[in-house]
Amino acid sequence: MIRALAVYRSFKDLDWPLVIVTLALCTLGVLQIYSATLATKWQDAWWKQIVWTATGFAMMWVAANIDYHVLLGRALYLYLGCVALLLATGLLGNKVFGSTRWIRVAGFTFQTSEFVKIVLILLVAKYLTDIKADTLEWKDLAKLAGFVGVPMLLVMKEPDLGTSLTYLPILVCGALMAGLRWKYLIIITGLLFVTLPIGYHFLKPYQKDRLVSFINPDRDPKGTGFQVIQSKIAVGNGGMWGRGTKESSQTHLGFLPVPHTDFIFSSFAEEHGFVGVVIALVLYFLLIMQVVQNAQTATDKAGLYICMGVAALLLFHVLVNVGMVVGRMPVTGIPLPLMSSGGSNTWSIFLMLGLVNSVRLRRFVN
Amino acid sequence: MAIIESEHRRDEVSPERLLRDDPRQAANKVALFQYLAVAVFIFLISGFWKLQVQNPDVYSEAAERNRIKSTPILAPRGKILDRDGRVIVDNKASYSLLLNRDQIKPEHLPAIAQALGLDYEELARKIRHMGSTPQIIIKDQLSRDDIAWVESHQDESTYPEMQLIEAWRRQYPQDGFAAHVVGYVGEISEAELNMPQYLDYQQGDIIGKDGLEREYDSVLRGVDGQQRVLVDSWGRERQAEETQAAVPGKDLRTTIDLDLQAVAELAMADKRGAVVALDPRDGEVLAMVSRPTFDANKFTGRISRTDWNEIALDPYKPLLNRAIQAQLAPGSTFKPIMAIAGLESGVIDDETHFHCPGGASFYGHYFACHLKGGHGDITLHRAISQSCDVFFYNVGNRLGIDRIAEYGELAGIGHKTGIDLPNETQGTMPSSRWKMRMFRQKWYAGETISVSIGQGAVTVSPLQIAAALGGLGAGARWYKPHLLASEKPVLLREAHFNPENLEKVISGMYGVVNEGGTGRAAVLPDVKICGKTGTAQVAASSLTKGAKLKSALANNAWFVAFGPMENPEVVVAALFENGEESYNAVPIVRDILKAYFDKKARKAKAAAEKETAESLAPLRLLASPVPANLSFPSPEGILQ
Repeated sequence: MIRALAVYRSFKDLDWPLVIVTLALCTLGVLQIYSATLATKWQDAWWKQIVWTATGFAMMWVAANIDYHVLLGRALYLYLGCVALLLATGLLGNKVFGSTRWIRVAGFTFQTSEFVKIVLILLVAKYLTDIKADTLEWKDLAKLAGFVGVPMLLVMKEPDLGTSLTYLPILVCGALMAGLRWKYLIIITGLLFVTLPIGYHFLKPYQKDRLVSFINPDRDPKGTGFQVIQSKIAVGNGGMWGRGTKESSQTHLGFLPVPHTDFIFSSFAEEHGFVGVVIALVLYFLLIMQVVQNAQTATDKAGLYICMGVAALLLFHVLVNVGMVVGRMPVTGIPLPLMSSGGSNTWSIFLMLGLVNSVRLRRFVN
Repeated sequence: MAIIESEHRRDEVSPERLLRDDPRQAANKVALFQYLAVAVFIFLISGFWKLQVQNPDVYSEAAERNRIKSTPILAPRGKILDRDGRVIVDNKASYSLLLNRDQIKPEHLPAIAQALGLDYEELARKIRHMGSTPQIIIKDQLSRDDIAWVESHQDESTYPEMQLIEAWRRQYPQDGFAAHVVGYVGEISEAELNMPQYLDYQQGDIIGKDGLEREYDSVLRGVDGQQRVLVDSWGRERQAEETQAAVPGKDLRTTIDLDLQAVAELAMADKRGAVVALDPRDGEVLAMVSRPTFDANKFTGRISRTDWNEIALDPYKPLLNRAIQAQLAPGSTFKPIMAIAGLESGVIDDETHFHCPGGASFYGHYFACHLKGGHGDITLHRAISQSCDVFFYNVGNRLGIDRIAEYGELAGIGHKTGIDLPNETQGTMPSSRWKMRMFRQKWYAGETISVSIGQGAVTVSPLQIAAALGGLGAGARWYKPHLLASEKPVLLREAHFNPENLEKVISGMYGVVNEGGTGRAAVLPDVKICGKTGTAQVAASSLTKGAKLKSALANNAWFVAFGPMENPEVVVAALFENGEESYNAVPIVRDILKAYFDKKARKAKAAAEKETAESLAPLRLLASPVPANLSFPSPEGILQ
């Protein structure tokens, strides 16, 4: 491992297109956080975000230098550690907004569930590599689902449905890449449709409200539908060219809920309009495509699984968060990668991009 | 070398193993993912396209509604003035309470309703029906206690939806003075909201409901302004935006003379009926009273249900403007019309005499004269002044109903006068055609006899009979009665009667007052007054129907008079319901005529004095600027 570090330490070997797109998105994020939180109680969030981004960037560099095979070899331990950490969070964590998601370490609070994503990507990659078969059988699929299911349930119990759902694309994408039969996929989709209404009964009341208000936000415009309606108003208010940073009333008069975290894109859309939105979304598209490109050039399947896991996770995040902003997805409260303010998420995204770079740096070696 | 090495490596591992670890095996799945990503981004961008490019106005307006809190600045309604510019209806500043729709919480309503003494059900219904209106006024004319309560309960933690605004309360004269002419305002009803003429109005608007308030609502009402404030999502005011000032309604100058109106009100004080005074030369209405009356101040804005019921369910129907809505037999006041009809058609002349033994038989029925002993041999002049029924039975019999109707309609009987007040009735001028149309029956000649003395099917309102006889007195020219001062006179009908015939009728009416006739109590010292009394039997009219009133079947007393005899300036008609005898209605008219001519004399004197004072410039200071007001109480006294 030390030898590996010494050999691949060259900075210029990083995936620079990926890095540039990443930093561009982080810049947009910091600027938007600054604008959206001006003269509010969160007005220091922008420089904190700079700190998260800078440290995150360093973490990416470190992660890129670690051979991902080494990490894969320890995936099971990491996984067990994660589950233990989630349990600890549930027992010792800080309760914020009615859910226990954060754990305090050395004066910092961490959202454990964010880091579980990385470990799950590694674990799925490891498991699928170890199968050594062209297709995925029921048995393998069930085991894999079990691995992913345990942390999912723990996170769901926090309760944090949004984050727990982000683990699904890792599983689904991994299974597809590993050769899940179409027949199985159809059966699973069918089963999901049948069981979803039953699952609805196990949701918390606020989660039910969110689903209902997603389908019909005007039903209760003062309650849970408020966020969706206000977010759509903010987006529409932006128009083609945006309202600019001064005239964005939805953002600055407090009509947008949390305009620097989950709803940052709605405040961005209000200030920069359709043109700004297209630019930002194109950046996200390039980011994901660059990760996929790294999957295509990976030297082994493990690398492919890691990159595709990261790509699927990013796509899911963008779809759900941005979809929520335009009222096309229910309010789940998951952040927009690289733009939303928040340390744990920023770090976990940078660590994932570090893994992608790690795969890239080793693409010529076997 | 490298190639050899790699081939060597391939030999080492089984081809199967190699295949399994080759990422390219998943190439098509990766491609699938790429397509999926493209689809996701198209899906997202189309969402933004729809919101930001296709219909951004919807959302920018929604954002504006979010951030701009607009409070109405209510425009005061125009004042209603008399012909000299004196105020009849004024406005008084008051406070109203409105609720802001965005902040209304249904659970707050019972407490608000209770504290302000409102009916909860009614309030809740209003809130349900408010639609997209941002605010709704729920109470006007807040008392001191109400204001104190609202001010102490409108913070964030209690009922933030409440907001006090300055409003204008309509201030009507007290005790129902001129109530029927002026009308009243009230909150627009659901039914009215659906009418085409109220298209621009919205729930909660105050509109004129009756009288001039309704007729000239569009003149009187102003345009409400708006005060706009930038607010944040917590309802805190951030900064003031541009304010749209209210445009006050225009004042309405009427033809009403407050002095005359006051006298008329006093004259009718404890009676039931109506009085109308108008100028036959141009149709200007000088006074109009209907009794019983109502206090319009109780109606301003949002009337309580008990107050409304008290007035609306009164068997005497105080809301009815009897001056234009009564439909009663005119009795003998119809006789001047009969007289001119008889003369003009040539069925009689002033020499024609009939014998009155106290009654006569026509078509097998006996018709009595009001004078049981009879008038003996009688000609036209005395027949009018003594109001002989038998004479006019004969005239009517000679004329036939259709010729009577012709002259009656010429005088305006059976037609709306077209006065600028809502809900005027047209009364009835019977004819054979009318009977065929209404009852599909032939007219019987016997029915003509009753009509000849203003009984039977013929009905009029006081305004109609005043206009009819006034027009006759003014040379058979009938002008449209009106209340708006700025309205030009409208000549409705003109008849080219033989002036001598007209003079004969008017001379008979002069006799009624001045030659010991039925209206002798109306005689004035300096003015030649002409008039005609009427005592009309009360048939089952719409007014008495259902009302269990003992006196309801007593005769109605009428008196219509104008003066001066040549070129009359004023005609007054009084209806004293169940007044028993016609002479009971005469003093009412007399008071008003006297007031009119007294005022005229006073004005002339004041003008003359002014002229003198001007010609004697040094003495100007000695001239009295205000004429003494002795003959009747000042209207201001009543207004207060």
